[in-house]
Amino acid sequence: MRKICLAILLGCFQMTVFSQPTFPVNGVADERDVTYAFTHANIVKDPQTTIANASMLVMNGKIIAIGTTVNIPADAIIVDCTGKTIYPSFIDLYADYGITSAQPAGFGMGRGGGFGAAQLTSNQKGAFGWNQAIKADVNASALFNTDEAKAKALRESGFGAVLVHQRDGIARGTGTFVSLASVKENLAILKETASAHYSFSKGTSTQSYPSSMMGMIALLRQTYLDAKWYKNNADKEGVNLTLGAWNRAQALPQIFEANDKWNVLRADRIGDEFGVQYIIKTNGNEYQRVQEIAGTKATLIVPVNYPAAMDVEDPNDARFVSLSDMKHWELAPTNTAALDKAGISFCLTTADLRMPNIFLANVRKAIENGLSESKALEALTITPAKTIGVSEMVGSLETGKVANFIITTGNVFNEKTSILENWVQGNKYSIHAEKWVDIAGSYTLNIQSEKGNKSMQLSVKSAAAASIIGTDTIATKFSHDGKIVKISFSPDKRSRGGYRLSGLSNATGWNGYGEDAEGNKLTWTGTLQSVAAAIEVKADSTKRRGSGPLGKVTYPFTPFGWSDAPKQETVLFKNATVWTNEAEGKLENTDVLVKDGKIAQIGKGIPETGAVVIDATGKHLSPGIIDEHSHIAAASINEGGQSVTSEVRIADNLNPDDINIYRQLSGGVTSSHILHGSANTIGGQTQLIKLRWGASDDQLKFQGSDGFIKFALGENVKRASSSQGNTRFPDTRMGVEQVLTDAFTRAKDYEKAIAAASTVTTTNAKGKKTTTVADPYLTVRKDLELDALVEILNKKRFITCHSYVQSEINSAMKVGEKLGFRFNTFTHILEGYKVADKMKEHGANASTFSDWWNYKMEVLDAIPYNASIMTKVGLNVAINSDDAEMARRLNQEAAKSIKWGGLTEEESLKMVTLNPAKMLHVDNKVGSIKVGKDADLVLWSDSPVSIYAKSEKTMVDGIIYFDREKDAAMRKDQTRERNRLIQKMNGEKRAGGFMAPATPSYTTILNCGEHDHSHGILTIDQFQ
Amino acid sequence: MKKILFNLLACTLISQVLVAQDDVYPAKKQDAPIVIVNGTVHVGNGQVLSNTSVEIKDGKITNIGTDIAVPAGALKVDAKGKHVYPGLILSNTNLGLLEVPSVRATIDETEIGDYNPSIRSIVAYNTDSRVINTLKSTGITFANIVPQGGTISGSSSVAQLDAWNWEDAAYATDNAIHMNMPALYIRPNPYAGMMGRQMQQEDPIKKGLQEIEEIKKFFREAKAYGVQQQHESTNLKLQAVQGLFTKKQKLFIHCEVVREILAAIDFKKEFDFDVVLVGASESIQVAELLKQNSIPVVLNQMHALPTLADDGVDQPYSLPAQLQKAGVLFCINDEDGMQRGKNLPFQAGTAAAYGLTKEQALSSITLNAAKILGIDDKTGSIEKGKDANIVISNGDILDMRSNIINFVMIQGRIVNLTDKHKQLYERYKGKYGIN
Repeated sequence: MRKICLAILLGCFQMTVFSQPTFPVNGVADERDVTYAFTHANIVKDPQTTIANASMLVMNGKIIAIGTTVNIPADAIIVDCTGKTIYPSFIDLYADYGITSAQPAGFGMGRGGGFGAAQLTSNQKGAFGWNQAIKADVNASALFNTDEAKAKALRESGFGAVLVHQRDGIARGTGTFVSLASVKENLAILKETASAHYSFSKGTSTQSYPSSMMGMIALLRQTYLDAKWYKNNADKEGVNLTLGAWNRAQALPQIFEANDKWNVLRADRIGDEFGVQYIIKTNGNEYQRVQEIAGTKATLIVPVNYPAAMDVEDPNDARFVSLSDMKHWELAPTNTAALDKAGISFCLTTADLRMPNIFLANVRKAIENGLSESKALEALTITPAKTIGVSEMVGSLETGKVANFIITTGNVFNEKTSILENWVQGNKYSIHAEKWVDIAGSYTLNIQSEKGNKSMQLSVKSAAAASIIGTDTIATKFSHDGKIVKISFSPDKRSRGGYRLSGLSNATGWNGYGEDAEGNKLTWTGTLQSVAAAIEVKADSTKRRGSGPLGKVTYPFTPFGWSDAPKQETVLFKNATVWTNEAEGKLENTDVLVKDGKIAQIGKGIPETGAVVIDATGKHLSPGIIDEHSHIAAASINEGGQSVTSEVRIADNLNPDDINIYRQLSGGVTSSHILHGSANTIGGQTQLIKLRWGASDDQLKFQGSDGFIKFALGENVKRASSSQGNTRFPDTRMGVEQVLTDAFTRAKDYEKAIAAASTVTTTNAKGKKTTTVADPYLTVRKDLELDALVEILNKKRFITCHSYVQSEINSAMKVGEKLGFRFNTFTHILEGYKVADKMKEHGANASTFSDWWNYKMEVLDAIPYNASIMTKVGLNVAINSDDAEMARRLNQEAAKSIKWGGLTEEESLKMVTLNPAKMLHVDNKVGSIKVGKDADLVLWSDSPVSIYAKSEKTMVDGIIYFDREKDAAMRKDQTRERNRLIQKMNGEKRAGGFMAPATPSYTTILNCGEHDHSHGILTIDQFQ
Repeated sequence: MKKILFNLLACTLISQVLVAQDDVYPAKKQDAPIVIVNGTVHVGNGQVLSNTSVEIKDGKITNIGTDIAVPAGALKVDAKGKHVYPGLILSNTNLGLLEVPSVRATIDETEIGDYNPSIRSIVAYNTDSRVINTLKSTGITFANIVPQGGTISGSSSVAQLDAWNWEDAAYATDNAIHMNMPALYIRPNPYAGMMGRQMQQEDPIKKGLQEIEEIKKFFREAKAYGVQQQHESTNLKLQAVQGLFTKKQKLFIHCEVVREILAAIDFKKEFDFDVVLVGASESIQVAELLKQNSIPVVLNQMHALPTLADDGVDQPYSLPAQLQKAGVLFCINDEDGMQRGKNLPFQAGTAAAYGLTKEQALSSITLNAAKILGIDDKTGSIEKGKDANIVISNGDILDMRSNIINFVMIQGRIVNLTDKHKQLYERYKGKYGIN
């Protein structure tokens, strides 16, 4: 017979009371040094070490002994854990616990980067830093309050300690590591200052800057520099509490909330620049780019918040749910297994879950999808402990460590296993007391009343089912919650009323009070006679549920993503009309050989050896289209928080998942110049990309190209269309000229200061001077904003300037000429035709729209003849899109110059190929069909300047990224895959799973504010 | 016999640019017969007639053939080697109601209120808008001027684009009532990006269906109102839609997704209105129903992105060909706010690149548009008896390379093709001494 240790199961009181010496006692002191002995347990000390039939001693909240040969002190309270398993309790580095969310520091209007009124300075009062989103001065330990409701929920999922911080701001100050015991905060804090936190979210900051992803990155980079500079220059800065706190927190584990696969890479790159290896909190989509993520070498904090299946039964609802959303639903539970396979170190967190109580179920789902149990356990115990350097305290069960452990009925990852108790700092918290003992068995019920004694046999099947065994078997209403036992039954099948018994469960059995059918009082006892044969729960019975093969991860993880990426091949285009853009012009019936990503040979009758031959008879081969002005493939475009934001870089936030990359390939585009928006006079650094569909953000970059930067003039920068008025300088074109003058004047002074500080001259006693090289940034604040302007002055960075009216174009050029820099390109430049001669003299290129006009005041004089006039005056002219839709048919836009102003067909094609290549300084690589240049080519069904031309194949670096035939096949596959997933979701609905309503998959189209046309019903146009 | 050559016309142009655009006058009424000779005539109904002449008298097309004699006193226009087309029709536009989208004072397209059936676009149509003249440069001669906003926005009218004032411009008055179908899908929230995620909306479909019930109630009451001749209290709103019941007006329902289109079909079924769908980017999904119910579609913007990432890269471009195949009557529009409507022929050209024949594409901006607007008895094709609304292009009008327009005729009047763009072009050609 099993021994029932009911005594310790009764009640859940605080058995270990630590006293705090400084706190007066109101009453009689109650210090206890009780030792608990957990015996005969299966103890999982750490994921690698399990000891059977072991004991563990706990005193004063610590483990004082553990093993198979532990001496149990005579005064120990013994908890017999036969059949039970003890695990270290779990650790969550990203729990929502104990810190109330921050409230905005004051009302501000400047949140958006759009046309709202700006809040240019911080409204946080005190000796803090300039930016309200840098809250490095916040210490979670000072904000921490225990929260019994949340603690209970986390303990029920097996957690014993959590790292908490205030989730507010881009820099969030320090985190504190706390236990989930319901004790005074002083005792619950295990490590006061345990971590430093960062994110890509402004939180409650109402300050205008930063308003974009790239602005946040720039702000973090500048803050690292400022903090370093502040160490030696506090006299110049004054007390800056924010930077001081930032510096002190640098020695701590640095945790970055990234929440997206690309953000993981973005965060890691910031860390690389400043010698910091972040620990990165993700959102569970890392499996979509697991190789790149592995490259960060970061330990990840990974949530298990899988999206719910969507209710797509109605085909009208299903219509607007994108394949990528459905695939993510299917593949999200495979995320951690993918991380494990890629050798990435990670912790698991309850963060982002709909309800914390689904945590373990979701971890099980991950295990069903290939995550090993030992890895799961590591991710919940030792990995988080090591990650933040608290493994000497928690994370495994060893002598001297905090007594944080759970007692379970078996393998914690088994669906049938229950967590019985969760001990935190030596305090017991019952979770499923009723399951400690399997109460199934045969009992004798003795009922005593005035009517005499009665005895009957009760057969208990479970905590909720029992029946009386006599001549008839009588079902009862039975419940046993570990403490209270309730039984009601009719003595025989005919009677309507019956016995109602209620009692308590204790070490020897049950006893209680009750009434019979007539209302007579009675007392009763229940005694265990024999235990039911135990049902063995297999150690690892977690089933790998078969649900058919899962979909594949595609690159990118979007429709038309590759499961097998196209490869570079030797390709021979046979018999094409070749638009060379070179002196030889248009060549009929000509072959072009592509080898190793380059144009290898142009001519007639090139031998076919080893090449993939494409019959181009009747077709036209042109250089790939280059879009000088594009806003695709980026997470943000406008940093409108200030008038000068030369520190921000589009390159920091490229987004290779933008479907517009593929769509534009279908229109023959091979390179796009991704520009910052036009919200400010000096905008951000741009990035030239090649449309390598499926590549990572870094691989999109056009290697070896010159750096550019976006400037803007006119209505957008003076916020003319703001509905709330403008509070940001400049508000006029006069002010715009001053912003330019001021910025470059400051840049020149800065450059001089750096030069002066780069050497130190000392004079010795004899008057001899020695000059040594010095780090100028020890005294001069390194300013990312001015660095970019200095690059312009030194011809290492080049300007493309959004501009419309002649006065502003002229003035900008004059500022440049005076201060020693040139405008490389005027983009949009709809009144370029009015000052084409001056632009030529200045040496500027022109990139314009074919025929946009009259959508705002500054374009009333825009004319479609603009490109032709500028060309005829002798400028290098390009036609740009500034528009995700128009970029798909930029060849048509170029061809309009044949109508408007009578350019030749070849001249017009050059405006979207060779001319933009020249103005982007990459005409040595692309822009024409010439031996040695990159094989960025388009095979057209018709003349590329015809409205009827369709791109049949678009090639970048010799790789065919768009192929109209392949595209048709992909669509068919996609339809099948969509249908499979819709059926699978419907299956989930029939099975009664949790369903979310079908949510249309919207696309955000970023633009620079020039838009007065719709992109479709599922797009959100954003000037942001 | 007068003979006008194209180079002469060009000279006229140059002389005209010397004056300000405010002096670009609408043309005088046709006073002598005109014969356009030896052109390739694209009728608009799919037919192409080579080496054909068109005779115009009193603003009407009086004869078409290969052997038309040029009568004495007639003006002969030599179209040899050139293409003769019906004037193009912009079927859904805010032309003349909105001058500069970013300047509030120049916007007259949306009235306050949900039910504005008595609002009439034509009374605010500004014939002096700078945009109007530029449209003729690509061959556009007519535009359906549509009020915006609310549930029932008001009535549209078709304007001819060479007019002194709106009365002069009115070609078909109050031809259609415009209704915006309440959304029957979850619409994107423009602030979503700023807030970090979609804000929860109440079930928008339920809400939309209730609103649709309200609209039906309005039309039921309008019908009842129309039965009575005399009214104690006159109701301008109910009065304004009576033409729908007598089929003097059509009901243009602006809608996009399948549920909305199904709801639109309901209006046809319950009220027997002449229903036209505007937008209807998802119309192909229920093309069969549209065909059965004879409901045509105005495709608002061909040059648009595919609706969903999953959709084919050519989705909007290939939609016309799909509708054509399914037997649904449609026309193509250009509502682009940046290019201001003048790319209508190239929108049709793109449709031709993606499956329509060139003549089908032409019909989609001429005869089919006229049918849908209810003006095909007067225009939309080059046929005997119709108004002489004719455009001559050097080449294929759908291709920007060859869409070179030096001759536009509206109601027999040879219109002045000068516009602000050409004037500025001439001015700066002069400055730089270029051609």
